[in-house]
Amino acid sequence: MRVLLRRRELVCQEMVELVTAYLEGGLSRGQRRRFEAHLAGCEHCTEYLEQMRATIRLTGGLRAEDLTPEMSAEFAALYQRWRAEEQ
Amino acid sequence: MDEDAELVARVRAGEEQAFVTLATRHHSTMQRIARTYVASAAVAEEVVQDTWLAVLRGLDGFKERSSFQTWLLAILVNRARSTGVHEHRSVAIGDAGPAVDSSRFDESGAWMSPPLHWVEESDSRLLAEGLADRIQATMRELPERQREVVMLRDVAELSAREVCEALEISEANQRVLLHRGRSHLRQALEADLGRI
Repeated sequence: MRVLLRRRELVCQEMVELVTAYLEGGLSRGQRRRFEAHLAGCEHCTEYLEQMRATIRLTGGLRAEDLTPEMSAEFAALYQRWRAEEQ
Repeated sequence: MDEDAELVARVRAGEEQAFVTLATRHHSTMQRIARTYVASAAVAEEVVQDTWLAVLRGLDGFKERSSFQTWLLAILVNRARSTGVHEHRSVAIGDAGPAVDSSRFDESGAWMSPPLHWVEESDSRLLAEGLADRIQATMRELPERQREVVMLRDVAELSAREVCEALEISEANQRVLLHRGRSHLRQALEADLGRI
Protein backbone atom coordinates (compact mmCIF):
# COMPACT_ATOMS: atom_id res chain seq x y z
CA MET A 1 0.00 0.00 0.00
CA ARG A 2 1.33 3.38 -0.92
CA VAL A 3 1.44 5.83 1.90
CA LEU A 4 1.05 9.39 0.81
CA LEU A 5 2.92 11.68 3.09
CA ARG A 6 1.75 15.18 2.76
CA ARG A 7 4.90 17.18 3.38
CA ARG A 8 4.41 20.70 4.62
CA GLU A 9 5.80 23.55 2.59
CA LEU A 10 9.21 25.02 3.25
CA VAL A 11 9.39 28.37 4.99
CA CYS A 12 11.86 31.16 4.16
CA GLN A 13 14.00 30.50 7.21
CA GLU A 14 14.54 26.92 6.03
CA MET A 15 15.13 28.04 2.46
CA VAL A 16 18.19 30.11 3.33
CA GLU A 17 19.78 27.05 4.92
CA LEU A 18 19.14 24.89 1.85
CA VAL A 19 20.49 27.30 -0.76
CA THR A 20 23.99 25.81 -0.92
CA ALA A 21 22.72 22.25 -1.10
CA TYR A 22 20.39 23.41 -3.87
CA LEU A 23 23.20 25.08 -5.84
CA GLU A 24 25.41 22.03 -5.31
CA GLY A 25 22.75 19.70 -6.66
CA GLY A 26 22.65 18.04 -3.26
CA LEU A 27 18.90 18.03 -2.63
CA SER A 28 16.78 14.94 -3.13
CA ARG A 29 14.18 15.16 -5.87
CA GLY A 30 11.42 15.82 -3.36
CA GLN A 31 13.41 18.49 -1.55
CA ARG A 32 14.29 20.13 -4.79
CA ARG A 33 10.66 20.23 -5.85
CA ARG A 34 9.64 21.81 -2.58
CA PHE A 35 12.51 24.28 -2.81
CA GLU A 36 11.50 25.36 -6.29
CA ALA A 37 7.82 25.49 -5.38
CA HIS A 38 8.64 27.92 -2.61
CA LEU A 39 10.85 30.01 -4.90
CA ALA A 40 8.09 30.33 -7.44
CA GLY A 41 5.90 32.06 -4.89
CA CYS A 42 8.45 34.05 -2.90
CA GLU A 43 10.23 37.06 -4.35
CA HIS A 44 12.43 37.51 -1.29
CA CYS A 45 13.83 33.99 -1.42
CA THR A 46 14.27 34.36 -5.18
CA GLU A 47 16.29 37.47 -4.52
CA TYR A 48 18.22 35.71 -1.76
CA LEU A 49 19.18 32.91 -4.14
CA GLU A 50 20.27 35.47 -6.71
CA GLN A 51 22.41 37.17 -4.04
CA MET A 52 24.11 33.90 -3.18
CA ARG A 53 24.90 33.42 -6.86
CA ALA A 54 26.24 36.98 -7.03
CA THR A 55 28.35 36.37 -3.92
CA ILE A 56 29.95 33.35 -5.55
CA ARG A 57 30.58 35.33 -8.73
CA LEU A 58 32.13 38.26 -6.86
CA THR A 59 34.31 36.01 -4.74
CA GLY A 60 35.56 34.32 -7.88
CA GLY A 61 36.42 37.68 -9.38
CA LEU A 62 38.78 38.84 -6.67
CA ARG A 63 41.47 40.88 -8.25
CA ALA A 64 44.63 39.00 -9.07
CA GLU A 65 47.97 40.47 -8.21
CA ASP A 66 49.81 40.98 -11.43
CA LEU A 67 52.82 38.91 -12.05
CA THR A 68 55.85 41.11 -12.56
CA PRO A 69 59.00 40.17 -14.47
CA GLU A 70 60.85 40.22 -11.13
CA MET A 71 58.64 37.39 -9.98
CA SER A 72 59.57 35.26 -12.95
CA ALA A 73 63.17 35.88 -12.02
CA GLU A 74 62.40 34.88 -8.45
CA PHE A 75 60.84 31.65 -9.60
CA ALA A 76 63.92 30.90 -11.66
CA ALA A 77 66.09 31.61 -8.62
CA LEU A 78 63.92 29.34 -6.52
CA TYR A 79 64.34 26.57 -9.02
CA GLN A 80 68.11 26.98 -9.04
CA ARG A 81 68.19 26.90 -5.27
CA TRP A 82 66.34 23.62 -5.30
CA ARG A 83 68.65 22.20 -7.96
CA ALA A 84 71.62 23.15 -5.84
CA GLU A 85 70.12 21.30 -2.89
CA GLU A 86 69.59 18.24 -5.03
CA GLN A 87 73.24 17.99 -6.01
CA MET B 1 48.19 14.31 -20.02
CA ASP B 2 46.95 17.69 -18.83
CA GLU B 3 49.08 20.77 -19.09
CA ASP B 4 50.17 20.73 -15.44
CA ALA B 5 51.19 17.10 -15.60
CA GLU B 6 53.22 17.80 -18.71
CA LEU B 7 54.98 20.74 -17.06
CA VAL B 8 55.67 18.67 -13.94
CA ALA B 9 57.26 15.99 -16.08
CA ARG B 10 59.48 18.60 -17.71
CA VAL B 11 60.45 20.06 -14.34
CA ARG B 12 61.41 16.59 -13.20
CA ALA B 13 63.52 16.27 -16.30
CA GLY B 14 65.38 19.41 -15.25
CA GLU B 15 63.80 22.16 -17.32
CA GLU B 16 63.94 25.46 -15.50
CA GLN B 17 61.62 27.23 -17.92
CA ALA B 18 58.93 24.62 -17.34
CA PHE B 19 59.04 25.46 -13.66
CA VAL B 20 58.72 29.19 -14.30
CA THR B 21 55.72 28.50 -16.54
CA LEU B 22 54.13 26.22 -13.97
CA ALA B 23 54.65 28.71 -11.15
CA THR B 24 53.33 31.58 -13.24
CA ARG B 25 50.23 29.63 -14.17
CA HIS B 26 49.18 29.16 -10.57
CA HIS B 27 50.54 32.35 -9.15
CA SER B 28 47.49 34.58 -8.93
CA THR B 29 45.25 31.93 -7.37
CA MET B 30 47.94 31.16 -4.81
CA GLN B 31 48.46 34.84 -4.05
CA ARG B 32 44.76 35.35 -3.49
CA ILE B 33 44.49 32.38 -1.19
CA ALA B 34 47.57 33.38 0.77
CA ARG B 35 46.27 36.93 1.10
CA THR B 36 43.26 35.74 3.06
CA TYR B 37 45.59 34.38 5.75
CA VAL B 38 48.12 37.14 6.05
CA ALA B 39 47.78 40.88 6.11
CA SER B 40 50.33 41.96 3.54
CA ALA B 41 51.02 41.12 -0.07
CA ALA B 42 54.71 40.75 0.76
CA VAL B 43 54.09 38.07 3.37
CA ALA B 44 51.65 36.34 1.01
CA GLU B 45 54.40 36.29 -1.60
CA GLU B 46 56.74 34.62 0.88
CA VAL B 47 54.12 31.98 1.57
CA VAL B 48 53.81 31.33 -2.16
CA GLN B 49 57.58 31.06 -2.58
CA ASP B 50 57.85 28.71 0.40
CA THR B 51 55.14 26.59 -1.11
CA TRP B 52 56.98 26.26 -4.39
CA LEU B 53 60.15 25.23 -2.64
CA ALA B 54 58.17 22.60 -0.72
CA VAL B 55 56.61 21.48 -4.00
CA LEU B 56 59.98 21.11 -5.69
CA ARG B 57 61.36 19.21 -2.72
CA GLY B 58 58.35 16.95 -2.64
CA LEU B 59 57.99 16.46 -6.36
CA ASP B 60 59.21 12.87 -6.22
CA GLY B 61 56.46 12.08 -3.74
CA PHE B 62 53.71 13.48 -5.95
CA LYS B 63 51.83 10.49 -7.26
CA GLU B 64 49.43 11.95 -9.79
CA ARG B 65 46.48 10.19 -8.22
CA SER B 66 45.22 13.66 -7.39
CA SER B 67 45.46 16.62 -9.71
CA PHE B 68 48.59 18.70 -9.41
CA GLN B 69 46.57 21.77 -8.48
CA THR B 70 44.82 19.98 -5.63
CA TRP B 71 48.17 18.81 -4.28
CA LEU B 72 49.72 22.24 -4.71
CA LEU B 73 46.89 24.09 -2.97
CA ALA B 74 46.84 21.63 -0.08
CA ILE B 75 50.50 22.49 0.55
CA LEU B 76 49.81 26.20 0.17
CA VAL B 77 46.93 26.10 2.65
CA ASN B 78 49.10 24.37 5.22
CA ARG B 79 51.88 26.93 4.84
CA ALA B 80 49.50 29.88 4.85
CA ARG B 81 47.75 28.50 7.89
CA SER B 82 50.88 28.26 9.99
CA THR B 83 52.13 31.66 8.84
CA GLY B 84 48.72 33.25 9.40
CA VAL B 85 48.48 31.95 12.96
CA HIS B 86 51.44 34.07 13.95
CA GLU B 87 50.11 37.32 12.65
CA HIS B 88 46.38 36.78 12.88
CA ARG B 89 44.65 39.64 14.60
CA SER B 90 41.10 39.60 13.30
CA VAL B 91 38.32 38.31 15.49
CA ALA B 92 36.76 35.33 13.81
CA ILE B 93 33.04 35.23 13.13
CA GLY B 94 31.50 32.42 15.15
CA ASP B 95 31.55 29.05 13.48
CA ALA B 96 27.96 28.04 14.10
CA GLY B 97 24.88 30.16 13.65
CA PRO B 98 22.26 30.46 10.93
CA ALA B 99 22.82 31.74 7.40
CA VAL B 100 20.56 34.69 8.20
CA ASP B 101 19.90 36.02 11.68
CA SER B 102 16.68 34.61 13.10
CA SER B 103 15.46 38.10 14.04
CA ARG B 104 14.81 38.70 10.34
CA PHE B 105 12.03 36.10 10.21
CA ASP B 106 8.63 36.11 11.86
CA GLU B 107 7.27 33.30 13.99
CA SER B 108 6.13 31.31 10.98
CA GLY B 109 9.65 31.50 9.49
CA ALA B 110 8.72 33.97 6.73
CA TRP B 111 10.89 36.99 5.94
CA MET B 112 10.05 39.92 8.18
CA SER B 113 13.09 41.96 7.22
CA PRO B 114 13.71 40.71 3.66
CA PRO B 115 17.07 40.84 1.88
CA LEU B 116 18.08 44.36 0.86
CA HIS B 117 18.81 44.84 -2.84
CA TRP B 118 22.40 44.96 -3.99
CA VAL B 119 23.06 42.54 -6.84
CA GLU B 120 22.61 44.96 -9.71
CA GLU B 121 25.06 47.56 -8.53
CA SER B 122 27.64 45.10 -7.26
CA ASP B 123 29.25 44.33 -10.61
CA SER B 124 30.19 47.87 -11.48
CA ARG B 125 31.00 48.77 -7.90
CA LEU B 126 33.46 45.93 -7.53
CA LEU B 127 36.17 47.92 -9.24
CA ALA B 128 35.03 51.36 -8.30
CA GLU B 129 34.65 51.05 -4.58
CA GLY B 130 37.06 48.47 -3.35
CA LEU B 131 34.49 45.76 -3.00
CA ALA B 132 37.24 43.24 -3.61
CA ASP B 133 39.04 44.54 -0.52
CA ARG B 134 35.84 44.17 1.45
CA ILE B 135 35.46 40.57 0.32
CA GLN B 136 39.09 39.86 1.19
CA ALA B 137 38.59 41.42 4.62
CA THR B 138 35.44 39.40 5.31
CA MET B 139 37.24 36.33 4.13
CA ARG B 140 39.97 36.95 6.70
CA GLU B 141 37.34 37.11 9.43
CA LEU B 142 35.84 33.77 8.51
CA PRO B 143 36.72 30.76 10.63
CA GLU B 144 39.70 29.09 9.04
CA ARG B 145 37.94 26.05 7.64
CA GLN B 146 35.16 28.08 6.08
CA ARG B 147 37.70 30.37 4.48
CA GLU B 148 39.67 27.49 3.08
CA VAL B 149 36.65 25.85 1.54
CA VAL B 150 35.37 29.10 0.01
CA MET B 151 38.79 29.98 -1.37
CA LEU B 152 39.34 26.60 -2.93
CA ARG B 153 35.82 26.28 -4.31
CA ASP B 154 34.95 29.81 -5.36
CA VAL B 155 38.32 31.41 -6.04
CA ALA B 156 40.48 28.51 -7.18
CA GLU B 157 37.40 26.78 -8.62
CA LEU B 158 38.27 23.29 -7.47
CA SER B 159 35.45 20.75 -7.46
CA ALA B 160 33.81 19.66 -4.20
CA ARG B 161 35.64 16.36 -4.43
CA GLU B 162 39.02 18.03 -4.90
CA VAL B 163 38.41 20.29 -1.93
CA CYS B 164 37.57 17.29 0.26
CA GLU B 165 40.81 15.73 -0.88
CA ALA B 166 42.95 18.82 -0.38
CA LEU B 167 41.60 19.56 3.09
CA GLU B 168 40.91 15.97 4.12
CA ILE B 169 37.32 16.60 5.08
CA SER B 170 34.08 14.74 4.32
CA GLU B 171 31.66 15.83 1.64
CA ALA B 172 29.03 16.75 4.22
CA ASN B 173 31.58 18.87 6.07
CA GLN B 174 32.66 20.54 2.90
CA ARG B 175 29.10 21.57 2.12
CA VAL B 176 28.36 22.94 5.59
CA LEU B 177 31.57 24.97 5.60
CA LEU B 178 30.90 26.27 2.11
CA HIS B 179 27.37 27.22 3.10
CA ARG B 180 28.43 29.11 6.19
CA GLY B 181 31.29 30.87 4.46
CA ARG B 182 29.20 31.99 1.49
CA SER B 183 26.37 33.05 3.79
CA HIS B 184 28.72 35.27 5.79
CA LEU B 185 30.05 36.83 2.61
CA ARG B 186 26.55 37.50 1.33
CA GLN B 187 25.69 39.11 4.63
CA ALA B 188 28.75 41.37 4.43
CA LEU B 189 27.85 42.42 0.88
CA GLU B 190 24.30 43.18 1.92
CA ALA B 191 25.53 45.22 4.87
CA ASP B 192 27.81 47.21 2.57
CA LEU B 193 25.67 47.69 -0.50
CA GLY B 194 22.12 46.92 0.48
CA ARG B 195 19.28 49.34 -0.13
CA ILE B 196 15.57 48.89 0.50
